[in-house]
Amino acid sequence: MSGFRLKLLRIRRLARKELRQLFRDPRTKRIIFASPIVQLLLFGYAVNTDVRDVRMFVQDHDRTADSRGLVQSLTAGTEFRLAGTSDRAADLTRALDHGDATVGIVIPAGFEADLAAGRTADVQVIVDGTNSNTGILAQGYATRAIQAYGLRRAAERTGVAPDPPVQLDARAWFNPGLVSRVYNVPAVVGMIVMLMSMLLTALSVVRERELGTLDQLLVSPLSAGELMLGKTIPVAAIAMVQLALVTTVALLWFRIPFRGSFLLLLFAAALFILAGLAVGLLISTVSRTQQEAFLGLFLTLFPVVILSGFLYPVETMPPFFERLSLLNPLHHFLVIARSVFLKGAGIVVLWPQVAALAGMAVVGLWAATRRFRGVVG
Amino acid sequence: MDGTRAVTIIDPVRLLAIARKEWIQVRRDRRSLYLAFGLPLLLLIFFGYAINWDIEDLPLAVLDRDHTAESRALVDAFTASGLFTVVDRPAREAEVEAGLVSGAVRAALVVPPGFARDAAAGDARVQLLLDGADANTATVALGYADAIVARYGARLAGSRTSAPPIDPQARVWYNPTLESKNMIVPALIAVIMSVIAALLTALTIAREWERGTMEQLAASPVSRVEVVLGKLLPYLAIGLVDVAAAVAAGLLVFQAPLRGDVFLLGVLTILFLAGALGFGIFISAAVKSQVLATQMGLIATYLPSLLLSGFLFDIASMPLPLQGVTLLVPARYFVTVTRGIFLKGVGLEALWPQALMMIAFATLGLALAVRAFKKEIPA
Repeated sequence: MSGFRLKLLRIRRLARKELRQLFRDPRTKRIIFASPIVQLLLFGYAVNTDVRDVRMFVQDHDRTADSRGLVQSLTAGTEFRLAGTSDRAADLTRALDHGDATVGIVIPAGFEADLAAGRTADVQVIVDGTNSNTGILAQGYATRAIQAYGLRRAAERTGVAPDPPVQLDARAWFNPGLVSRVYNVPAVVGMIVMLMSMLLTALSVVRERELGTLDQLLVSPLSAGELMLGKTIPVAAIAMVQLALVTTVALLWFRIPFRGSFLLLLFAAALFILAGLAVGLLISTVSRTQQEAFLGLFLTLFPVVILSGFLYPVETMPPFFERLSLLNPLHHFLVIARSVFLKGAGIVVLWPQVAALAGMAVVGLWAATRRFRGVVG
Repeated sequence: MDGTRAVTIIDPVRLLAIARKEWIQVRRDRRSLYLAFGLPLLLLIFFGYAINWDIEDLPLAVLDRDHTAESRALVDAFTASGLFTVVDRPAREAEVEAGLVSGAVRAALVVPPGFARDAAAGDARVQLLLDGADANTATVALGYADAIVARYGARLAGSRTSAPPIDPQARVWYNPTLESKNMIVPALIAVIMSVIAALLTALTIAREWERGTMEQLAASPVSRVEVVLGKLLPYLAIGLVDVAAAVAAGLLVFQAPLRGDVFLLGVLTILFLAGALGFGIFISAAVKSQVLATQMGLIATYLPSLLLSGFLFDIASMPLPLQGVTLLVPARYFVTVTRGIFLKGVGLEALWPQALMMIAFATLGLALAVRAFKKEIPA
């Protein structure tokens, strides 16, 4: 047999051993195949920044048909849910302090009289500033709804429809309803795949080292490169299956539109998974104990998610972090996934991201192999 | 036979002996110890600076077909807001489209010809195209753009229009300047500690199994409760130092306000840590393998405490069944507690439901840990 074929045979044997080892424990199978689906089903519903069912407490000092009409027009849609009504300030404070409401509306006495006389009525919109950005969005919604109510009532009174001199005609492309789930679910797909591929590799080398089985591998005719390939290929295959599973759930269950090319997504995903595995392998070769690898994994996972543009565009971060995010495989993959899913963008637009992922996969695997050679030596 | 189970009273000497043994083991693994102490602080400082919830300098393309003083004033109104930065002035509609698809611009303002004339007549329209693929940013940008155009229109109309029928006045409580660090720092402490706590103990018993020291532990005259509590103590100390350092950093580095009772925060932190550490021991004892314990520990704590705790996403807006699931995420209670004590300055009168749930979790976590920790050595 030629040297190359021997090489392939050795890698295949090692890959098979890795797979057998991985699946020896039936619980691993559940972690690998069931947990990504369960995670996407849970988190797909959680990642929602639409203003929906935000609890609103009303402090009504007017208690007239008009004040009730205002509350009704606010709670008629899906945005707000009435959490309580009172005419005492202490009750509103209590509701916000205890977290029973996120938004408070204060309608002053004489509200109806002001409206009827054509005087400007003051309504207070109070928002709980601790509660992420939902509160801020809710405040914008409430303010606009209250203004609209006032204009409508004024129009009914005078018989003239008030018309602003300049109208904004806004159109959101790729996602006309501005549904946040459509934007966030492809990101959760990327996050889960990244987490799983790092989980599967971060302990792989350090574990053999701690258990002493690394010595056995060392006396075998496998070279460091072959060892790395043998460890990478099975995990990469598993990660691809996971990606296929969660993408299917995203498309069929969450009905996320898919406008681009499956082939491009698959190609980019393969590079992304290899880059993720390389990070995991690097952690594994740098650590001396599994505990250390575990902590190292954690140290990497948080920045990977926060600097990915998952929630907030990377462009709004300080320049240092914006540049740092360029080293984050998840950041590039999210750009690709969102563009392919929602915009139908092709390689012409996405080649910088694809190239970055390819570069990271190559450099990462090369560095991991080098580190591994250091460990072996 | 049942000698170990007969020991039900906790003997402080034996308990401390186990704790000391665990501490020696922790100390020996220097790098892990440094990570355990340094990690939360590092992550907090990192994210306190990195996360910026305020959207600003959003790349905007402007297609001005009117070329009048009025249209330029409108564009100026957009850039003066600080939210938008004009990065591109395409000549044709097709170029606007290309910019949105490639992501080079997030929004495009199209001013039609005759804008100034129409505005004078009180009936002008401008078009704003948004990259809806990023729904979060687009929603915020749309709100701002609405306000900018309304203000511009009002100024243009001058005295022509009367006062608005209702003038809503917005107030923000607890964080009046809406500084993002104030929202993030307290909650981030809770989220980081949720993961760190499970991480610290997830390997402790699995390690004994894998290294074969379990037999020695089983042969020693200590009860299961003593082992679990003894193993817990050193990590509880580490966790408390972590939280103290993170709170100090929050106050000194980020100047986050701490309006409530520090003592109450300390007590609730201990409760939370006891539950989370106990849960880690439970996983460790149940799966007996460090790899599996790692995977389960991270899957059970990392994304759930990030996404289901109310840190980033409002729990009230989630579907009801999922709201039920969040009740099982301990980080949810700790996030409410840190935000409540830091920003709202509330005490037990508001936080008692969270305190009760944390007591329940601590009891459950420790009970599960003791139950899962079996001293029998399989044949």
